[in-house]
Amino acid sequence: MFLTSQFKTSLRKNLQLSKLLPQLLLIILFCYIIYFFTKNTQINLAARNLNFGFDFLNTNSGFDVQFSLIQYDGSSSYFRSYIVGLLNTLLVSFFGIIFATILGFIVGISRLSPNWIVNKLSLIYVELFRNLPLLLQIFFWYFVVIRSLPSTEKSTVILNFLIINLQGFYIPKFIFSNFIYIFYGFVLALLATFIVKYYATKAFYESGKIIPVFKIFLLLIIIFPVIFSLIGDVSLSVEYPKLIKNFGIFNYVGGVKLVPEFLALLFSLSLYTSAFIAENVRAGILAISKGQKEASKSLGFNNPQTLKLIVIPQALRVIIPPTTNQYLNLTKNSSLAAAIGYPDLAGVFAGTALSQTGKAIEIIFMVMMTYLTISLIISGILNWYNKKIAIVER
Amino acid sequence: MNISDIKNWLKINLFSNWYYSLISLFIIYVLLITLPPFIDWALIKATFIGNSKTDCQPGGACWVFIKVWFEKLIYGFYPEKEIWRVNLAFLILISTVTLAFFVKSKFKIYILFFLIFIFPLIGFTLINGGFGLERVETRVWGGLTLTFILTFFGIIVAFPLGVLLALGRRSELPIFRFFSILFIEFWRGIPLLTVIFAAAIMFPIFLPANSNVDKLLRVAIGISIFEATYVAEVVRGGLQSLPKGQYEAAKSLGMGYWKMNFLIILPQAIKTVIPGITNTFIALFKDTPLIILVGLLEILGMINLAKSNSYWLGLATEGYVFVAIIFFVFSYSLSKYTQSLEKKYNTEKH
Repeated sequence: MFLTSQFKTSLRKNLQLSKLLPQLLLIILFCYIIYFFTKNTQINLAARNLNFGFDFLNTNSGFDVQFSLIQYDGSSSYFRSYIVGLLNTLLVSFFGIIFATILGFIVGISRLSPNWIVNKLSLIYVELFRNLPLLLQIFFWYFVVIRSLPSTEKSTVILNFLIINLQGFYIPKFIFSNFIYIFYGFVLALLATFIVKYYATKAFYESGKIIPVFKIFLLLIIIFPVIFSLIGDVSLSVEYPKLIKNFGIFNYVGGVKLVPEFLALLFSLSLYTSAFIAENVRAGILAISKGQKEASKSLGFNNPQTLKLIVIPQALRVIIPPTTNQYLNLTKNSSLAAAIGYPDLAGVFAGTALSQTGKAIEIIFMVMMTYLTISLIISGILNWYNKKIAIVER
Repeated sequence: MNISDIKNWLKINLFSNWYYSLISLFIIYVLLITLPPFIDWALIKATFIGNSKTDCQPGGACWVFIKVWFEKLIYGFYPEKEIWRVNLAFLILISTVTLAFFVKSKFKIYILFFLIFIFPLIGFTLINGGFGLERVETRVWGGLTLTFILTFFGIIVAFPLGVLLALGRRSELPIFRFFSILFIEFWRGIPLLTVIFAAAIMFPIFLPANSNVDKLLRVAIGISIFEATYVAEVVRGGLQSLPKGQYEAAKSLGMGYWKMNFLIILPQAIKTVIPGITNTFIALFKDTPLIILVGLLEILGMINLAKSNSYWLGLATEGYVFVAIIFFVFSYSLSKYTQSLEKKYNTEKH
């Protein structure tokens, strides 16, 4: 009886008119806005002789893309141009994240260096790159730095491995036959590492013996693919870019060509984001109190052990969440590619495809949802990780 | 300072052991081969006097370019004889902000009220026209003026909206909470560029055919809502840091929801997150160049236009260095000021 009466009061409390009315009004307002927009859209589209729908995705696009990871030409569909854009976005984000992380850690640690000149230089680096608009940095790389590179005939060649000129960067292309065997080798190495890790943990808890899992992993990840490539008769051929004169014009043919747009975007995104990551790294290392290091020393750990077992695990806990946010920002910022014509999602799909089809609602909706999905996936991983590393208080 | 002091300083800060010495020497070498040519280009061989590109010395920076285009870079295509109106609007803004530093804190609230409610009307009337002033269409607005207009508009719209969204996200009412979370997470998950595209290209389809909402206004609202969701998350952090006792104390004094929030909760919550909010506004300021992509020319857009003018080709570097200096000065000084605020509040805690 008591429970039901309590339930009733709580129900009544929640059904109070003063609380119900504003919520009801909000729902009505929301529905009205949706209705208002839908009605206008119908009228506007009818007036322009357009119709809403995603049918256009299957029709031929008729335009070409200068940089694509998959086969693409004018006869490909609009949906394929969406995939091209998505892949290009992911490509530049992936390499941007790698470079930004490496640079960010180097600069962040340099910010704490006792060496005066290293310290001040990294400070200037951070302040310079994070206080200038990203778009300005992209333009600077694209219109100033890359435009000042040598012409094709006078290309800078570094060890026959990297060729730099106005057209972009050329690197050799590695072509494996029976590549699948190497892949099998990697997968098996990973599996073996997990098994070793399992036994290492068990051995550690039973006898306190430390098995160097990481060293074993490094060994396996080299040995397994090598053995498998011997078994599977894998051969590697390297295709070097060659200078060819065609109708009086010099050109490099073969190898992998990285277009200037990609390079400008990659450099500017990496440098811009690395400045923010550097600050996260600095904050993370500063967050560890001196007492932790002293305690570790008094327990008899040496310097590398202190760093590996005490400082880094705790610093990472502080560094990783804001850094993941920076990864997210980098991915979203890669949409600025549209400004210099790099064919990413915003450039090729929300740019060229939109202006050709006029399907503003459908295309912008698709692009927004794609970015939203990427964001949600990354923040989902972040939340999972945060939960995993959260301090367990007993 | 005598020689031994300098020696000591060098020993401690640059050459404390062999690998630091090596790194120091390497960096000094790199600086020696890069800095002098840059200074040579930017100052010594540079040309400051003249009216056209032909006046410029080869091998040096051509600052004549900036000088000739200066008016366009600052005011865009705003009619020349009306420029005094823009100047007057900014003069009022700068003098009120400066005044705020010198008056007693009792009067600061009036200045804030003026800046949020009255100044936007004055500024808009001056720049846009009306009340006897000739109307100037928004498509000729541009340059640094447009950057500042967008930033100012963004701040006064995003701040209150962000606070409301933060309150909504912490509301007891499930529908409000649900919509706030949905709204915030959606806007934070998409790039600003898609928001600007949507505002410029897609949004007109949603409105009645005869309504003619200005493109600049649509984009400005889009940017403001986008930044508001970032403000909301910062303010939410502040709200979460407040102890529950503050809410309970306010309620036990008989305060209602709005009174409690505006008199007790928000003043404390916002005070702790001022640095975060300022950082959001610095980000807003740095994001304004994105409007170039829908054909609105703020200062970076004007530089792009100027450098592709056939009489001034090949001067991109000078233009970008100039824009970089402007953006750096504003956002660096703002972030330094924020850091000083942060330190001020930190000392209170310890």
